[in-house]
Amino acid sequence: MTDLTSLRYTSEHEWIALDGDIATVGITDFAADKLGDVVFVELPGAESAVAAGDVCGEIESTKSVGELYAPLNGTVVEVNDAVVDDPSLVNAEPFDGGWLIKIRVEGDLPAELLDRAAYEDLTA
Amino acid sequence: MTATPAPPRTSPLNDRHEALGASFTDFGGWNMPVRYTSDLAEHHAVRTAAGLFDISHMAEFRVEGEPAAAFLDYALAGRLSTMKIGKAKYSLVLAESGGIVDDVIVYRTGEQSFLVISNAGNRDAVAAAFDLAQRTWTSGVRTETEVAESVDGVGSLSVDDVTDDYALIALQGPEARGILSSTPGVEITGIPLDELGYYAWTEGTFDDAPLFVARTGYTGEDGYELMIPTAQAGALWDAALAAGADRGLVPCGLAARDTLRLEAGMPLYGHELSRDIVPAQAGLGRVVDLDKEAFVGKEGLSSGPADAPVLVGLVSEGRRAGRAGYAVLHGDDTVGEITSGALSPTLGHPVAMAFVAPAASELGTVLTIDVRGTRIPATVTALPFYRRNA
Repeated sequence: MTDLTSLRYTSEHEWIALDGDIATVGITDFAADKLGDVVFVELPGAESAVAAGDVCGEIESTKSVGELYAPLNGTVVEVNDAVVDDPSLVNAEPFDGGWLIKIRVEGDLPAELLDRAAYEDLTA
Repeated sequence: MTATPAPPRTSPLNDRHEALGASFTDFGGWNMPVRYTSDLAEHHAVRTAAGLFDISHMAEFRVEGEPAAAFLDYALAGRLSTMKIGKAKYSLVLAESGGIVDDVIVYRTGEQSFLVISNAGNRDAVAAAFDLAQRTWTSGVRTETEVAESVDGVGSLSVDDVTDDYALIALQGPEARGILSSTPGVEITGIPLDELGYYAWTEGTFDDAPLFVARTGYTGEDGYELMIPTAQAGALWDAALAAGADRGLVPCGLAARDTLRLEAGMPLYGHELSRDIVPAQAGLGRVVDLDKEAFVGKEGLSSGPADAPVLVGLVSEGRRAGRAGYAVLHGDDTVGEITSGALSPTLGHPVAMAFVAPAASELGTVLTIDVRGTRIPATVTALPFYRRNA
């Protein structure tokens, strides 16, 4: 089980786990609950460059469509094929098996990233 | 004049929904459960076992009095006066233009009494349409003799909004009959459930409260809609859930209700139906009885354009669904717009309803949907997408 206090968050409800210069990105349980059952995800291709704030993917539930925003600058190094095959992982394990992409971070992290306490305030 | 939006209303079952951990949404001015756990699981439960829905947001009107049947023939699109007591009938409230004010189900509860159930968001519009119909009916349509023969003109007709007196609970799915029959406290005193036809109603009691049981629904499955005084609603909800627990019954929210009705090809007001749409466009021409001498909307219907868009079903491959508002193209020409769309939980592929130009509406025509910049092929298909095994 992921320690949620070790993650950074965006106001668009992504979470980021940093390991060296590799950032693993997913959407939070709050976002997954708001969407409802996720039935389709479209993720950027490996090796694609992403810039903080850009739309880089889509997450569709039966009821609605959510956009995935790149939380930082970098290059996508891996996408989670398991979640493409079984989008329900986003609901079932948003912080673990439901991760979406890994990005090699370039430059500084955006200043707007939130810690757990700030994210909980945002979604309270 | 500025209008402050009223806070959303809550159902008499609101405490049950909160206790069950539901997520809520505003629907037609009501704060209603959108899902309890998983909208897909709730959807599948209705197709394979049963689901329990709170639909207390829907509006109920009682139309009663000596001229009730004749009045409804005038106020609604269909012919209600020939309905037998005990039956239900789908009908439409039309504007003078022929556009759709609401779709309703009419239950004949007596020789001179009917129950009309309308959409929550159209409660005021339907009440206003009934008011207007009463005025135009007495001033022009009824003969002087008819008016003179009734006690005081239209005075013997009453149209009462009884929405706030009742909760409405839908029990839907192949297990619905077994669950209702075994719900403690439910006694059927009218036609027994195993003899009750589709689009018919019976009556009974729950504990000491009167219970109206209609074999109607909005899911494409067999099932019932139960009307009960608000004070007993919570106890009935609890009893049905408990009785159905070992038959797979789960509480279901509006998200599942929407995908179920979409698969069943049933229109949703505000999506497939509006004042800008006449019944024939939505495939509802059969609901209108043009042989009636006079009814609200009759004149408007005779002057509609011949090339108005028509409602079609669209199916696609893959998992990416067209959504309400997305453009539909034929070649490079935009020919219409989606009104409802989702990845069908039962069928596993995207389905949508759309209004398209008649020239693009032939069954089998391959159109494309503009899904946020990506063109997804979609084939025109007969509705419904899903039909239960009878």
